[in-house]
Amino acid sequence: MFRRVKHWGPGLLLLAPTIILVGVFVYWLIIENFRVSLTNQHTAKPSDKYVGFENYTNLLADPNFQHSLWNLLILTIVFLGGTLIFGFLWAWILDKPAKGEGFFRAVYLFPMSISFIASGVVWRWLLSSLQTDQPGGERTTGLNRLLDSIGLGFMQNDWWSNPTWGIAAIAVPAIWQLSGYVMALFLAGFRGIPEELREAARIDGCSEWKLYRHVIFPQLNPVMLSAVIIIGHMSLKLFDLIRAIVPDANTYDVQVPATMMWVKYIGSDYADAAAIGMILLVLVAIVVIPYLMYTSRAEKR
Amino acid sequence: MRRRLTLIAAAATLGLTLAGCGGAEKPAESAAPPSEATGKVGVFTWWADGSEKVGLDALVKVFNTDYPNLTFDNLAVAGGAGSQAKSVLAAQLKAGNPPDSFQAHAGAELQDYIDAEQLEDLTSFYADNKLTEQFPKDLVDRLTVDGKIYSVPSNIHRANVVWANVGVLKDAGIDPTKPATDLDGWFADMDKIKAKGKTPLAVAGSWTQVQLFENVLLSSLGVDGYNGLWDGKTDWKGADVTMAIEAYKKALSYTNTDRDSLSDWAPATQLVQDGAAAYNVMGDWAEAKFAQDGDVAGTDYTYFPTPGTAGVFDFLADSFTLPVGAPNPNGAKAWLTTIGSAEGQSAFNKAKGSIPANTTAKTDDFSEYQKSAIKDFSQDKIVSSLAHGAAVPVAWLNDLSTAVSKFGGDGNVAGLQDSAAAIADKFAK
Repeated sequence: MFRRVKHWGPGLLLLAPTIILVGVFVYWLIIENFRVSLTNQHTAKPSDKYVGFENYTNLLADPNFQHSLWNLLILTIVFLGGTLIFGFLWAWILDKPAKGEGFFRAVYLFPMSISFIASGVVWRWLLSSLQTDQPGGERTTGLNRLLDSIGLGFMQNDWWSNPTWGIAAIAVPAIWQLSGYVMALFLAGFRGIPEELREAARIDGCSEWKLYRHVIFPQLNPVMLSAVIIIGHMSLKLFDLIRAIVPDANTYDVQVPATMMWVKYIGSDYADAAAIGMILLVLVAIVVIPYLMYTSRAEKR
Repeated sequence: MRRRLTLIAAAATLGLTLAGCGGAEKPAESAAPPSEATGKVGVFTWWADGSEKVGLDALVKVFNTDYPNLTFDNLAVAGGAGSQAKSVLAAQLKAGNPPDSFQAHAGAELQDYIDAEQLEDLTSFYADNKLTEQFPKDLVDRLTVDGKIYSVPSNIHRANVVWANVGVLKDAGIDPTKPATDLDGWFADMDKIKAKGKTPLAVAGSWTQVQLFENVLLSSLGVDGYNGLWDGKTDWKGADVTMAIEAYKKALSYTNTDRDSLSDWAPATQLVQDGAAAYNVMGDWAEAKFAQDGDVAGTDYTYFPTPGTAGVFDFLADSFTLPVGAPNPNGAKAWLTTIGSAEGQSAFNKAKGSIPANTTAKTDDFSEYQKSAIKDFSQDKIVSSLAHGAAVPVAWLNDLSTAVSKFGGDGNVAGLQDSAAAIADKFAK
């Protein structure tokens, strides 16, 4: 008996602080949050009456919440698509032996070192919705002014001030910021493919396109999956960037569940805020858990 | 060796658990009068910059003279008309770790804190300091909940004021000294300004749109109709409300299209100062901005009640509270005494551009605007502001703000009316 304790005891002791901290500050808080989401505490007044899943059904039936989910979907699609396309293109260009590769790699990666809050303040100005042909148009700034001054005035638009597609404009700074990261992932993927494989393919008479199509791309699949998971869960949780670009948290056009949770919380509607938090957790879990299962299986192999 | 390690680990675990449990310590109740209080007084506000900071500093100066034994601890949190501060405060109160006193808008916004039993009853404090006689009855009535008073107001603001650029009005052939008397007349004036290529009406993000909405409602429904929206006597689905929302839609059509990108009220007021826009509906804290930028009333800018609301004072007030479990309740009472005093109110309001709640405060050296507001407050009908938490609790205001923000995009009159009615049903008592 004592022997066995001696075997796993020190290890457990070493892990105990982590287990306790994670247990309290992650899992216990998730449970507590779930408990609050089942109560009817919609005002600051303490209330512990349980209403089952009523808050969830009310939220899912609420057109404002549905709109926020719709926004989240558009944001995720545009954000994912943008970062993957740019990240892949840049990695592909840099993969060819070219001069100044280190320089360009740094340039593309650099935006990632800026916090969303800091870049958001600049993007708020860049994405100003005023257009030159509108009343007061002489005050136009940011991208709209730039487009107008290079003769592309017809491309001016109201960016995020649009209830249907406005959220896609929020994805623009997010793409700008994280494409470099996806590029780094893909570049590592490219570099991980041995040169011999390419040579062998060329000797077999592969065209350059077929080389990529049948030799390189299949080997990039794990990288691609990692990128999708990382960017996808960031997109689902995106809050700070929206908060920094849009001055008022309660702006309908760009409301996503994360910002709506904040608005509910400020308004002391703790039950609804907790319920939105749980819905977000489930959404992120749907993305992350299959990935974790996949990697752990891959590691076992 | 191993045993020592075990001990250390056990101690560390225990320490962590204890740290997690450390809640608020109950202060020892003592009957000493505020004048003998010592120590630090932590006061929570969102007055972190601009005229608000100047006002707070002036107030602290009076406080330090009144109570040299107490140290003022500034716990201000900046940003977003107090929305940032309110979330920080909510977390502190929930954790049972309140400041000694915190700022809250007087009226319905206080209701949340009262319901949560987070505020001490200050009725006896009012009696001890004879504040009931020094504050206007209208105001005291609005502070009283079930016969009890929970806060001491520091200042009064008016939310139904239009600020206008004199030069822009003259260019469009409008007499700045004779503002329109109703919304239709005002919209006619705006058409003239639009014809000159200027933005007629400047507005900023969500909460300033709610304030504009509130002004239009007040103007088209009148005092009783407006008040009825909050106590259930006015039907949100009525035809008069439809007309009011139509008028709001028309008003929005005159505003700057980049309204949602303006970070706060100040950039919208700046448009009027710069001559890019003619009018801005804003609370009278704008007066402090005009004064700070060296603009002269009458020649550079002018002000008048929102057309259709002359004789009505759309009121909001900041007030200070004594939270349950304050670490230094006597010190907090000393702070509240300074807030309520005539000297404290003179010093604070002169700098902030608002008017004193205490009618005995000296106001001889206040600005022209402030003097006119003091006069109006004493004779006008008083209504509570929606956008600033005086008329409805925060949760109601939040939901309505979302609906108004949505309306800014889709302009769906029936949609806004239906959601406003649904929200009113949800929160009506």
